[in-house]
Amino acid sequence: MKFNTLTLSQAVEKLKAKAISHAELYHDIYEAIAEKNGELNIYLSIDDDALKKAQKLLDTPLAGIPIAVKDNFLTSGLPVTAATKLLEGYVPHYESTVTKKLKEAGGVVLGKTNMDAWAHGASTETSDFGTTKNPRNTKYSPGGSSGGSAASVAANLCVAAIGTETAGSIRQPASWCGVVGLKPTYGRVSRYGVIAMASSTDSPGPIGKTVEDCAMIFNHIAGKDPFDGTTVPKPVPDYTNNLKKGVKGMKMGICYMDHPKITGTDVAHAIEKAGKVFEELGAHVDIVPMSRVLQPGKVFIPDYAIGVYTVVQRSEVSSNLARYDGIRYGNDRSIFSHEAQNRIMLGTFTLTKGYADRYYVHAQQVRTLYRKNYSNLFTTYDLLLSTPSPGYALPIGASSGDPLFGELQDILVEPSSLAGITGISIPCWIDAKTNLTLGLNIMADQWQEEKVLQAAYAFEQATDWNPWVKS
Amino acid sequence: MKGSTFSSSDVVKIAKLANIPVSNDQADELARGFTKTMTVVDELTRVDVAGVEATNQVTGLENVLREDEIDTSRMFTAEQALAGAKRTHNGFFIVDQILEEKV
Repeated sequence: MKFNTLTLSQAVEKLKAKAISHAELYHDIYEAIAEKNGELNIYLSIDDDALKKAQKLLDTPLAGIPIAVKDNFLTSGLPVTAATKLLEGYVPHYESTVTKKLKEAGGVVLGKTNMDAWAHGASTETSDFGTTKNPRNTKYSPGGSSGGSAASVAANLCVAAIGTETAGSIRQPASWCGVVGLKPTYGRVSRYGVIAMASSTDSPGPIGKTVEDCAMIFNHIAGKDPFDGTTVPKPVPDYTNNLKKGVKGMKMGICYMDHPKITGTDVAHAIEKAGKVFEELGAHVDIVPMSRVLQPGKVFIPDYAIGVYTVVQRSEVSSNLARYDGIRYGNDRSIFSHEAQNRIMLGTFTLTKGYADRYYVHAQQVRTLYRKNYSNLFTTYDLLLSTPSPGYALPIGASSGDPLFGELQDILVEPSSLAGITGISIPCWIDAKTNLTLGLNIMADQWQEEKVLQAAYAFEQATDWNPWVKS
Repeated sequence: MKGSTFSSSDVVKIAKLANIPVSNDQADELARGFTKTMTVVDELTRVDVAGVEATNQVTGLENVLREDEIDTSRMFTAEQALAGAKRTHNGFFIVDQILEEKV
């Protein structure tokens, strides 16, 4: 057995029991990277001293396990590019709160993973350093923007990974790569030291082999951060505590089954079967009908979220990327890739005097309707079920030429991202012909990650879709 | 700009505001992309939002303040601040001149 296939909980346990050594674990991971990274293009940089750091950390909660981190987190002394040529050569002098907390808990940043440049995209194809390939089938995209992180987990090139999600960027690549991705409530995990994309929705979170692995990482990165005023001072529970409590008596609502992107597809079939699994486990599962206008007891059509997200994201991007003025980071604005230039300009337009009310304010009003819709639905349901992606991974190259590729891919998660609620993607289907996977998106109201993890764990244990759980 | 149809001269104006260099060929292509994108955005006008408050943030936090004190643990030294700069002189950044003397 190769040790790189161990889950986080297994690796920590074996290291602590001295059943394996750090050298053995890191040897197998570095070997797998040497073998596969050339083809898959997952890591943009690797810390060659990771093993040395890990060996000092046995007595910590994470015991020195190697973690792959999306390349939009600042890690002191390691280059950070956000997969852009503009930031090439930049080595930060401070550390993101997430990686600082991980290091304090005994995690080691093994390397930085590829992503869509500035996190603009849903395929890693906008990366200035080439696309990442899906380890399950290299003709296909891993999804994005956290595609490198999801692929690193799927290919066993790390033990666990960190990503960020603005609208689907953790859950969609997790779904396409057949791994687990938790998108926390907005404000639960600090954005300090993360290269800002859309500040009102950016949510860092774990991508792991199992639900338990994600809960273990999440335990260490959640919480109030004095350096990020949008983090909320709520106590952080031990997210592994409730994992085994099951779903008996929980009320769940399945969304978007009557959406034209879903009806009659493998996705609909997979979600329906997932609903049955939960019913067998003792949950009460309803299908929630969709409506074109906001109505109690119905899920508001997700299609308007494309427009809302486009305006909010472009506007916040134009503001956030204004800091790359050609002085502080060396390279001037001509080096922005086409995609980033496009978004900056459109955001500049939607914030322009005379147009801001018509576009930006109007979009934020529609955003309120989505929030109201969730508040209403969560008075009835503990959890909502859906999918992060309307289908399987798309072939490499599918994103080219469509200015709204990501937005259209993420249509089914955008409402939840705009409302800031939490959700997890877990594998719930494998296509035998292509080896590609579908994800089940389990969502709960703000701050209810425990419930999401509890249900996801129950599903994972009751089914065979996750290869790391049964091994 | 008429409705949501962008011309290349609209793009050139926006590009200037955004400080993004854009060639004429690019402007044509961008105009088509913007038109396509904003047509999707215009779908939002079908949604009745009369009297609906805008959502600017979702956490419900209000007035997040801290003491107005210098946190020396987070201060860069001059050396650190300049570490990424391509051109420096005596502890300063060298930047291109942007102001000109009026003649």
